[in-house]
Amino acid sequence: MNKWSDNRAWWLVLPVVLIVAFSAVIPLMTVVNYSFQDTFGNNEFFWEGVGWFQEVLRSERFHSAMGRQFLFSFIILAIEIPLGIVIALAMPRKGFWVPFCLILMALPLLIPWNVVGTIWQIFGRIDIGLLGAFLDNIGVEYNYTQNTLDAWVTLVVMDVWHWTSLVVLLCYAGLQSIPDAYYQAARIDGASKWATFRYIQLPKMNRVLLIAVLLRFMDSFMIYTEPFVVTGGGPGNDTTFLSIDLVQMAIGQFDLGPAAAMSLIYFLIILLFSWVFFTIMSYLDRVEN
Amino acid sequence: MARIELNHLAHSYMPTIQSPEEFALKELNHVWEDGGAYALLGPSGCGKTTLLNIISGLLIPTHGEIRFDGEDVTRKATEARNIAQVFQFPVIYDTMSVYDNLAFPLRNRGVAANDVDRRVREIAELLELSDTLKHKASGLTADAKQKISLGRGLVRADVSAILFDEPLTVIDPHLKWQLRSQLKHLHKRFNYTMVYVTHDQTEALTFADKVVVMYDGAVVQMGTPEELFERPKHTFVGYFIGSPGMNVVPCHIDGDKAMVAGHAFAMEQGFSKIPTGASLEVGIRPEFLSLSREGSGPEVSIQKVEDLGRFKVASVRLEEHEFKVMVGEDQEVPTDGARLIVDPTHVNLYANSHLVEEA
Repeated sequence: MNKWSDNRAWWLVLPVVLIVAFSAVIPLMTVVNYSFQDTFGNNEFFWEGVGWFQEVLRSERFHSAMGRQFLFSFIILAIEIPLGIVIALAMPRKGFWVPFCLILMALPLLIPWNVVGTIWQIFGRIDIGLLGAFLDNIGVEYNYTQNTLDAWVTLVVMDVWHWTSLVVLLCYAGLQSIPDAYYQAARIDGASKWATFRYIQLPKMNRVLLIAVLLRFMDSFMIYTEPFVVTGGGPGNDTTFLSIDLVQMAIGQFDLGPAAAMSLIYFLIILLFSWVFFTIMSYLDRVEN
Repeated sequence: MARIELNHLAHSYMPTIQSPEEFALKELNHVWEDGGAYALLGPSGCGKTTLLNIISGLLIPTHGEIRFDGEDVTRKATEARNIAQVFQFPVIYDTMSVYDNLAFPLRNRGVAANDVDRRVREIAELLELSDTLKHKASGLTADAKQKISLGRGLVRADVSAILFDEPLTVIDPHLKWQLRSQLKHLHKRFNYTMVYVTHDQTEALTFADKVVVMYDGAVVQMGTPEELFERPKHTFVGYFIGSPGMNVVPCHIDGDKAMVAGHAFAMEQGFSKIPTGASLEVGIRPEFLSLSREGSGPEVSIQKVEDLGRFKVASVRLEEHEFKVMVGEDQEVPTDGARLIVDPTHVNLYANSHLVEEA
């Protein structure tokens, strides 16, 4: 092979470099810049080193927001993944009702996030909300603005309502890719419903399930709009998740240094989890082949 | 093992039937003997898979009944019928080892652990899978996977019948031979009733004792490979079996001879009464035609000669009719003045595509 001695070909890479620079690298580096320095305006900066990181990592506020965030993601996954599988299994495999079910499932996914928040905010209000007023009238004490448990239940139910469909659709796609012969063979081999699920359906779904877990983890870990609209992080700070906390810090209090440090930590956590998932997925791929 | 009876069996995929054309499987009556190897042969869409699915219980026929050893199983579910089936693409349980795959049908039926172990090892030995028992089934080659599918059927000692739905489609050609002879061997040794669906005539003819040829939803002939070759009951069987297929040309009858374009073809075995007004055709296999400069046959013109290695196939023209003639590897094809010599013992007469029986 002849090597090109002409370096003008580098110009061809320039557009991509520019796009990536302006859309990702420069904004991210700005955040990095803020995270290591302090400023009092006038574009004057003072070197802080890892001070902001230490402050964030040691702060009680960050710890509790992080704890709430993990708890929320865990509850979401623990409900949405099994529920999604069950619904996908219950959906008809073919026939008249398939498009109907698919549209029904897709509907919640099409609603903008702040609209979902608004729907549930109103739905749960005890004065005019259908759910809130109904519960109030039958004597159930329910008030998501004052009771922590009620606020959490409302947010979890809202997220399940909004996002279980995604898991359902992914699982359904996985199930549809199983040839009929597998079910016929299972019947001939005398497999029970559970054995069919355990040895045919679940193995064929494992790839899509990993994607579903990854997507739902990332999305729920970054959740902002819906809880912000419904509870605003309250009562107190009881539903203040990481992103809500971050926005309060950066925009409410204008603490750019700690906010930048927290952004990077937040980003690294998500990156770490995505990497772990990716590693597991490619490992499973290798095992299968 | 069981004897399979098909009584007045017919099936249509339409909810209501307006015309006989809507039957994917037209009415048939057959008895398949216990321990027989049967091949269902026909082109795509001829109804052979429909018939197989009715036998395995995946489909309930519109009409008629099906009996295993006299017991009516028409409406019985697949799992209650005690049959095994090997599908076109190997079906294996990916997450299980080869051993667990083979043990699965037994464990589902609550067979004791040491019986399971004994059976699995026996079958693995038979199918030459012993070395891979501990391996994960998903990593194996297509033919090993297909052996596992087969093994899951054989492992149950009491299956009524083993059904094969084009099981060698995804297998490499050189392994096809091997698997096929293994199947034959198993059949001889254990006397399973086997039903084998295929569109490949070589597969059908080498595997089966009796070949059931299907065409357009109906069984056109059931017979030994020899019968199908020598006396095809329908012109379709003549075309479909043999390579190249049978020559079928229009004719009329003059006395005891068939007249093709003014030339008489003698027919040694004679024929019974011909239905009046039927369109007549004469069918002669390329194997029973030859070309020669001498003799009394009609003169033909050679169109082309294809050399297929072991033999040559000459396409010749007699007036407007074309014939394929099989010529031995070492024989010369006369380039001019060739005469078509017909073996009079192998000339079949067809009325409306059906064979006119011997007198």
